[in-house]
Amino acid sequence: MTGPLVARGLGKRFRREWALRDCTLSIPAGGIVGLAGPNAAGKSTLLALATGLLAPTEGSIEVLGRDPLRRPELLADVGFVAQGAPLYRSFSVADTIEFARRTNPRWDDEIGAELLTRIDSRTKVGALSAGDRARVALALVLGKRPQLLLLDEPFAGLDPLAGREFLQLLMDGVAETSSTVVIASHVIADIERVCDHIVLLSGGQVRLEGNVEELLDSHRILMGPRRPLGTIRGVRQIVRERHSGRQLTLLVTADGAIVDPSWTVEHVGLEELLLAYMAPERLRTPQAPEKVPLRWHG
Amino acid sequence: MIEFHLDSRSGVATYLQIVQQVKESLRLGTIDVGDQLPTVREVVADLAINPNTVAKAYRELEREGLVVARQGRGTFVASTLAPASLSHYDELREQLERWLAAADAVGLDEESIKALISSTLRERLARRVA
Repeated sequence: MTGPLVARGLGKRFRREWALRDCTLSIPAGGIVGLAGPNAAGKSTLLALATGLLAPTEGSIEVLGRDPLRRPELLADVGFVAQGAPLYRSFSVADTIEFARRTNPRWDDEIGAELLTRIDSRTKVGALSAGDRARVALALVLGKRPQLLLLDEPFAGLDPLAGREFLQLLMDGVAETSSTVVIASHVIADIERVCDHIVLLSGGQVRLEGNVEELLDSHRILMGPRRPLGTIRGVRQIVRERHSGRQLTLLVTADGAIVDPSWTVEHVGLEELLLAYMAPERLRTPQAPEKVPLRWHG
Repeated sequence: MIEFHLDSRSGVATYLQIVQQVKESLRLGTIDVGDQLPTVREVVADLAINPNTVAKAYRELEREGLVVARQGRGTFVASTLAPASLSHYDELREQLERWLAAADAVGLDEESIKALISSTLRERLARRVA
C-alpha cells in the first residue's frame, strides 16, 4: 500500500483501554477524506499517531512514506490543526504569521495574506472570534503548502455561516495547494459536501472505508411489505434490516440493478449509510409493542 | 455565466449535479458555444465543494464533447444540446395531460399518480431485463 497516510494493524492503548485497534487503511493522494465517527471513536488518536504526537502500541503508521516518530522532519510537509485550533493567545495575528514564516522551510505568504485580509493583524489571537481564529489557523497550515493537511473537528465552535465560510476557504486553499486533506468530524453533515473518501471509525475500529461515490453507488435502501426474506435479485448482502409493523426496510449492498418490482428501491445518503455502519446494534427499530411486551430486565 | 447550485438532499452525486446543470443550460440555450464555464476555483469558492468534484464534472463534459478545456484559459462550451426529439414533446405532453385528467376523474391524488407511474416503470424495466 502506498498513499499519503497508510496504517497497518495500527493500535493505541491508554492503560487498559484501546483507543484504536486493528486499524488498516490507506487514503488516496489528492483526496479529501472524511474521518467520521462518534465521540471517542479514535479519530483524534489516529491524527496524533499520524503526527508523531503519540507512539503506536502495535502496528505501524506511515505518513508521506515515512514513520512520523523517527522522521519528524516530514512534519514540514504536514499541516495539522488540532481540535479547537490552539494558538498562542498572547501573540498578535502578525506575530503568529511571523512565527510560522520563520519556522517553516517553505512558506507561502500569499495564501496566508489572502485569508487574513479582513482581520486586523495587531489583534491578539486570544481576542479573535472563533471564526477568525479558525481563519488564522487555516492560514498557518495552508501557508506551509503541505502535502497532507489534517484537521481535527474544525467546525466545532463555528456557527453555520462561519462553518460554510471556513469550508469555502479550505477548498479554495486545497485547489491552490493540491494537498491531500483529512477532516475529522463527528458531524457528517459538515463534511459530506466535500469529502470524496470516507474512513468511519467507531469504538476504535475502522467500520467502513472507501470512495464516497462508490459506497453510495453500491448501497441501496429497499422498502416493501414485511415478508420472509429469500434472495433478492441484485442484492449482494443485507447490511441492516429494520421492520416496523408490516413494513420492511433493508439497507443492502447491491450487485447491479435491483429490478424486483415488489421493492421500492432508493439511494442512500452518506449520513444514513454511516449511521448504519457506525452502530447497527443501536439502530434496531423498536418492535411492534404487541409482539414484544415490555419486560423489566433488572 | 452559469451559476451552479447544489441540492444536498437529492441523492445525486455532486459532480453529476454540475454535469446536469450544464446540460440543462445547454438544452435551454442559456449558455452557448464559445461561452466560458466558471473556473474550478470559482466554483469551489462559491459552493464550498471539493475541487476534484468540479474537475471531474468538467472532465465528464469534455469526454462527451460538450466543452473543451483550454490550457491556462479555462473551460469553454464546444457544442450545444438542441433536443432532436423536442417536436414530440408537445404531443406526448398532450397525451399525458389527457391521462392525468382520467386519473383525476377516478380520484387519484398526486402521490398515488406518482406511485403508479414509478411502479409501472419498474415493472416495465423488470420485464425488459427478464
